[in-house]
Order: sequence, then C-alpha cells, then structure tokens
Amino acid sequence: MIWDFEFTLEVMPDFLRGLWVTVQATVFGYLIALALGLVIAMVRRIPVLGTIVHVVMEFIRTTPLLVQLVFVFALVPAGFSPLMVGIIVLGVHYAAYTAEVYRSGIEGVAVGQWEAARALSLPARRTWGAIVLPQAIRKVIPALGNYLIAMFKDTPLLFAITVVELLATAQQVGQASFKIVEAFTLVGFLFLLVSIPSAIIIRRLERRYAAV
Amino acid sequence: MDFLIEQLPRYLDGALITVQLTAGGSALAFVLAMVFGILGSMKHWLPRAVATVYVEVFRGIAALVLMFWMAYALPLVSGYKLDDTFAAIVALGINLGAYGAEVVRAAVNAVPKAQVEACVALNMSWFQRTRLVVLPQAWAQMLPTFGNLVIELMKATAVAYLIGVADLTAVAQQIRSATGETVLAFTGALILYYLIAQVLIFGMRLLERRANRKLGRIPPGGTGLLALLRPPSVGTKVGVAK
Repeated sequence: MIWDFEFTLEVMPDFLRGLWVTVQATVFGYLIALALGLVIAMVRRIPVLGTIVHVVMEFIRTTPLLVQLVFVFALVPAGFSPLMVGIIVLGVHYAAYTAEVYRSGIEGVAVGQWEAARALSLPARRTWGAIVLPQAIRKVIPALGNYLIAMFKDTPLLFAITVVELLATAQQVGQASFKIVEAFTLVGFLFLLVSIPSAIIIRRLERRYAAV
Repeated sequence: MDFLIEQLPRYLDGALITVQLTAGGSALAFVLAMVFGILGSMKHWLPRAVATVYVEVFRGIAALVLMFWMAYALPLVSGYKLDDTFAAIVALGINLGAYGAEVVRAAVNAVPKAQVEACVALNMSWFQRTRLVVLPQAWAQMLPTFGNLVIELMKATAVAYLIGVADLTAVAQQIRSATGETVLAFTGALILYYLIAQVLIFGMRLLERRANRKLGRIPPGGTGLLALLRPPSVGTKVGVAK
C-alpha cells in the first residue's frame, strides 16, 4: 500500500469544495442554533408553555440527528434544497443543546440582579436585554463554542440526505478512482485540520471568559 | 397505532442491534477512556503526550468518517475485512472514548491533592492509591458526564446504518420503503430511541447514587426512588465534572 500523492493533489479542489459545503452547513446551522436556543431558553421560563417546549426539546435531544434528518427530508416536498433541509434540522437539533447552555447561564445570574431590575421597574425587554442576558451569555461563551465544533463534526450526516459535502465527495472520488484509502484518510485529515485549531481557540476563550 | 403494533417485531429486531452497538461501543469507550484518562493525568510527559494525541485526533474526526474508514479503507490497508457491526462498534468506541478520556483526566485531577499526599505518607504504591483512593472519588465526579456520553453514543449508533448495519434506523427505512408510511415508520423508530435513552438515563442515575453513597455523600435531589425521575437541580456540586 503506497500513498498516492499525485492523486491527493489532483482531488484537492474537489475536497475543498466539499469542505466549503461542510463549513456553510456548520455556520448557518450554528446561527440558527444560537438564535433559536436563546428563544427556547427564555420561553422555558413561562409556566405551561415552557414545560411543553422542554419535553419536545428533550425528545429532540435524545433521538439521533441522522433519523431526524432523514425523516424531515422525506417529509418536505421534492425540489427543496437538501442543504437547506440539513441546515435547518442541524440548527434545530443543536438549539436543544444551546438552550440548556443558555438556561444554565440565565440561572447563574444572581437573584439580586433580577430584584434590582424589578425595583427600578424596568420593562421586561430592558431586564433581559440590559441586565440578564449580557451577564448570562458572557459566562457560557466557551460552552457554546464547544457546540460549534460538535456541529462541525456532525455535518457528515448530511451525506445521508444527498448533500455533497466532504464525506460524500470522498466517496464519489474514491469509487471513481479506486483510491478509497487516500480518499477517506484525506477526509479525516481535513477534519483534524479544522477541528484542532478550533479546539485551541475554544480553550483560549475559556481562559478569557471564566466558565460557569 | 395498529401499524406500529403490527411492525413491532421488526422494530424490536432493529432496537436489539442498536442496544448491542450501544453496549459494545460503551464498553470499548469506557476501557479506552480509563486507560488514556489515567495516562493523561500522570506527571511524566510521555504518557500525557500519548493521551493528548489520542484525545485530539479521535475527538476531531467524526464517528461517521471513522466508521467509513474502518469499513472501506481498512480492508484495503490491512487485507482484513471487519464485520460491519464490529467496525461500527470499534469506530464508536474509539470516538467516544476520546471524549471520555478527557472526562476521566479532569475528574482524576480534581481529586484534592491532600488525598494523594496522604497516600504517599502512608507509603501506598501508585497502584494502591489509584485504585483505593483516587478512582473511587473521581468515579463519582465522572459519572454524570459519562451519562451524557452514553446517550451521545446511543444516538451515534444510528450512523451505522450507513455502512450497512441493520439497526433501528435501517429498519425504519425498510418499513418506510415497504409501506410508504414515512411519518409512522420514522415516528416508531424515534419513540424507541427515546425509550432506550430514558432507560439509559435512569440506569446512569442509579449508578451515580450508588457511587455517591459509597463515598458517604447524600445524592442530590433526595434519596427516594422518585428522586431518580427528577433531573438533578442545577448547581449541585456533587458530581459536577469540570
């Protein structure tokens, strides 16, 4: 078994295109997860509605992302972009996680802060926007960052709903050229190339914003 | 409802494979996590370097990519073809083991220094103090995070269907293509996954309670059986692995 370097260089453009799709799915999915997670964390404080939302999120969190992807993809009408479906499902799935992270941050805000906001009779919008969230979110930044990496590593699942991301590219290229070892090993390397530096960045963030 | 009851035997066949993958993967992940976690908590740089390389490499690669590599590239490199189920278990175990190793390392390091110093003063060997003093305390610390990892592993077993293992997801796909009932086919599978997860969560809480009791700590959330069903309240210091 000899590693074929020429082949590696030759397929690099294809792989980078696949990686680009992976990155797109990660970034847009993450934006959804960040925004939706925050909304869910806030809704969870409302009595009845909060409990319902919690149960639904618990269900999403304890069932496989792959099944959710395939399920939703089978439901949406034909013609929908698979990447779009993938981004939305990824985003909602991870929102179930980020909501818990936000919640721990919100619960970590001292009761006195809430009481002070009430004593000053601030409206709810100001209480959240100016008092609670700035303190809550700062503390959970590293934890949120971890989910960015986790999400990046879940993007190969989009392969199952026909999105041509990195892994799907590798399979196509590998099968066409019978260089399966090179193709799949390269995917592993490209993943490390992205996830190790991002792990280092997260560790820096952790040091900067003391974790909860 | 009739549909789901009718298909239940097939679902259960798939669920059994999923449980097997989960059990096998967890067992391997646990061993790897313990070995590399303890290596990572040592003073000497060499075992620490070995642990760091293992953790960073296998945490960085997605379980699915690892699984594809095991199933398709490994036979070409080594000349041996792994059974698909076995390849899935190995890939899941190595991947989750890397996460677990970090948990073990953190938990071992979080055991108060004085405990180790006391062991040294009593002239205990490294093996004795690890087995009798450090690990029992670290164990209570790492269990809650292990609980989350077991759920993650159980969810990750679904990807084994992509390399041809007939697990719960594969069954759902088969039922869907055989009957055309997309919503029902997947809902059945999702419910079973949910139930498996609930059983795992319950089991891990039992383990946690036992570990805390052995250390003479009162488990968070009370001692009654009902307390097991309640999620632990936020901020409980017992067993919060950092």
